[in-house]
Amino acid sequence: MNAQKLLELADDELILGWRNSEWTGIAPLLEEDVAFSSIAQNEIGHARALYEHAARELGTTADELAFDRQPEEYRHSRLVELRLVPDWAATIARHYLYETADEERIGALKKSDDPELAGLAAKIDREEAYHRMHAQMWFDRLREEPRFAAALEELRPLAETRGEHTPEFVELWEEMTSVRRSLAGATW
Amino acid sequence: MDPREQEFLDYVQSGGQVETDDWMPDDYRTKLIKFIEMHGNSELMGVLPEREWILRAPTLQRKLALTAKVQDEVGHSQLIYRVVEDLGKPREQCLADLISGKSKFHNVFHYPTKTWGDVGVIAWLVDAAAIISQKALLKCSYAPYARIMKKICWEESFHILHGRDVILTMMLGTDEQRELVQEALDRWWGPLMQFHGNPISRDEDPMYVWRIKSQGNEEARQQFLDGYVPQIWELGLTVPDPKLRKNEDGVWEYTEPDWDELKHVVTGHGPKTAERLELRRSTREETEWVRRAMLAEAA
Amino acid sequence: MEGEGGNPEVPPDGILGDAEARPEEEGGTWGKHGFPHGSEQSERRSVIYEVFRQERKGQAFAHAGSVEAPNEAFAEPYAREQYGRRGESTALWVVPREAVHEIEDFADELGRNYHRVDGYPLKEKLGRARERAEASRAS
Repeated sequence: MNAQKLLELADDELILGWRNSEWTGIAPLLEEDVAFSSIAQNEIGHARALYEHAARELGTTADELAFDRQPEEYRHSRLVELRLVPDWAATIARHYLYETADEERIGALKKSDDPELAGLAAKIDREEAYHRMHAQMWFDRLREEPRFAAALEELRPLAETRGEHTPEFVELWEEMTSVRRSLAGATW
Repeated sequence: MDPREQEFLDYVQSGGQVETDDWMPDDYRTKLIKFIEMHGNSELMGVLPEREWILRAPTLQRKLALTAKVQDEVGHSQLIYRVVEDLGKPREQCLADLISGKSKFHNVFHYPTKTWGDVGVIAWLVDAAAIISQKALLKCSYAPYARIMKKICWEESFHILHGRDVILTMMLGTDEQRELVQEALDRWWGPLMQFHGNPISRDEDPMYVWRIKSQGNEEARQQFLDGYVPQIWELGLTVPDPKLRKNEDGVWEYTEPDWDELKHVVTGHGPKTAERLELRRSTREETEWVRRAMLAEAA
Repeated sequence: MEGEGGNPEVPPDGILGDAEARPEEEGGTWGKHGFPHGSEQSERRSVIYEVFRQERKGQAFAHAGSVEAPNEAFAEPYAREQYGRRGESTALWVVPREAVHEIEDFADELGRNYHRVDGYPLKEKLGRARERAEASRAS
C-alpha cells in the first residue's frame, strides 16, 4: 500500500474516531455509551499507529500528522467527516458501512510486503473484529426501522467520495486544532 | 425509634453490612437512595463540562486519555444507577428527576470550563476532592454500593494521574501555559472548597449516623487540603485565599466558603445548570426511539 | 417503597440483589413472586445480566456487577467494555440474573459442632496427655 493510501486510511480512522467520540456522554443507553466510546478510542489508536509508521518515513511525528496539516491536506472520505450526532440511525449506518468496507482494506494491508505494516494491520484487524460484531448487532436490531434503511442509502455512496471537504469538516478541524494553534510549538 | 430500627442502627454503627434484600428502616432506604442517586447524577453531569474538550484535545495521547476518563464516568453512572434500581428506583425515573431538576448533582458540575487549564485542574483537583469522599464510601454500610466503589476508586486513580500529567506538562511549558493553570485554579478554588459540604457535625449528619458516609464533611475537606495544598504550592502556584494556612494543631484554616452560593448552585441555579440539563433532555428525547427499538422485544 | 406499578426493569424471578423479596414491607404491587405488575411492564422488557470476572488465570470468578441489555448479543459487548476495557479481567461470565439462584438460609438448629473447629477441644486434652507422658518418663 503506498503512502497516499496509508494516509487515507489513517485519516479515515482519525476523523471517524473523532466523530464517534462526540457520542461520549450522550449515547442512547449508558451501557452503549461505554461500548461505543471504546470503539472511538480504538479508531484513534489505529490512526495513531498508522501515523507513527508514516511519520518515521516522513521525518515527522504522529501528532504533527494528525493536527498540523491544513484542512485540504487531509485525505479522509466524505462519509467520515459528517457530523451525525444526535442521529443514532445515521451513526450506526455509517459504522456498519465503514466497518464493512474497512475489512477489505485492512485485509489487503495484512498482505503487505512491509512486515511491520502487515503486523500492524493484523493487530488492527483483531480489534476491528469487535467493531464488526458491534455493527452487525445494531444492524440486526435496526433493520426494520425505516430511518435506518434511509440512512444506509444516503450514506453508502459517500464511502468513496474523497477530495474536497465540507464546511462541516473545516469546523471540526478548527475545534480539533484550537488549543494547539493557540500556542504554536507548545508541549501539551 | 422502634426496637427493630435501633437494632439496625447499632448494627450499622458497629460496622455491620447490609445487602439488597435485608430488612432496612424506611429512613435508611430513603436516605440511601437519595445519596446514591445524587452520586449517579453527578457522574453523568460531570461528563458534560469535559466533553467539549475531548474534541479540542491537543495531542492524540491527551485525546485518548480524556475520552477514557469521560467514558469511565459514564460507566460509573451505570454502576451507580444499577445499585439505585435494585433498591427500588428505576433508572428511567432517576434520569427524569435529574432532567426536571427534582434531584441534585454536585456543585462543581454546574460551572463552565473555559480553557485547557480547566481540563487539568478538574482532573487533578476536582477528582482528588471526589476520591477522598469515595474512599470513605468504601466503608459504606450498604454493601452493594461499597463494592462498586472499589472499581470506581481504582478508575479514578487513573484520572488523577492524567490530571497531574496535564498540569505538570503545562507548568514545565511556556509562561502562557502556566498562566492558564493559575487562572483555572483561581476560578475553581471556591467550588472546590464548597465541594465537601458545610461543616455540619458528623453526628448531626444522618448520612453519617446511618454509616452511609463514614466521615464528616469537614474531615474530608481537611484531608483534601492536607493532601493537595502542598502539591499546589510546590509547583509555584498560589491559592486565592490569603487566610489559607495550616495551624500549630495541624488543622487547615481558611476563609469561610460561601455556603449560600453552594445552596444556590445545587438547587439548580449554577451558571451552566440550565444549559447542561437541557442538553441531557434534548439528547434523551432524540434517542428515545432507540431505547424503544432496543427494548421492544427482549428477544 | 416506590411501589406504583412495581419495578419494571427487574425481572420478577430475579434473586441475586433483587429488591423484591420484601412482601411483608411492601404490600401488594411490588414483588408478588413471579409476576410483573402494572402497565409499565409491557413497555420495557430488558434483562439484567450479572457479570462475574476472573482477574488472573487460575483465580476464582467473582461477582463484578450487572449490566442491562435486551439480549445476550448486546450483553456481551456491554459486559466486555464495562468490566474489561482496562485489561482488568482475563475472563468474564455473563449470566441473566434469573439464572442465578441465591441460597442464604442454612439451618443448624442442633449445633453441629463436629463441622467446626470448636468441636475439637484439643488444647486441654493435649496438656493433660503431655503431663501424663512426662510423669511416666520420670517414674
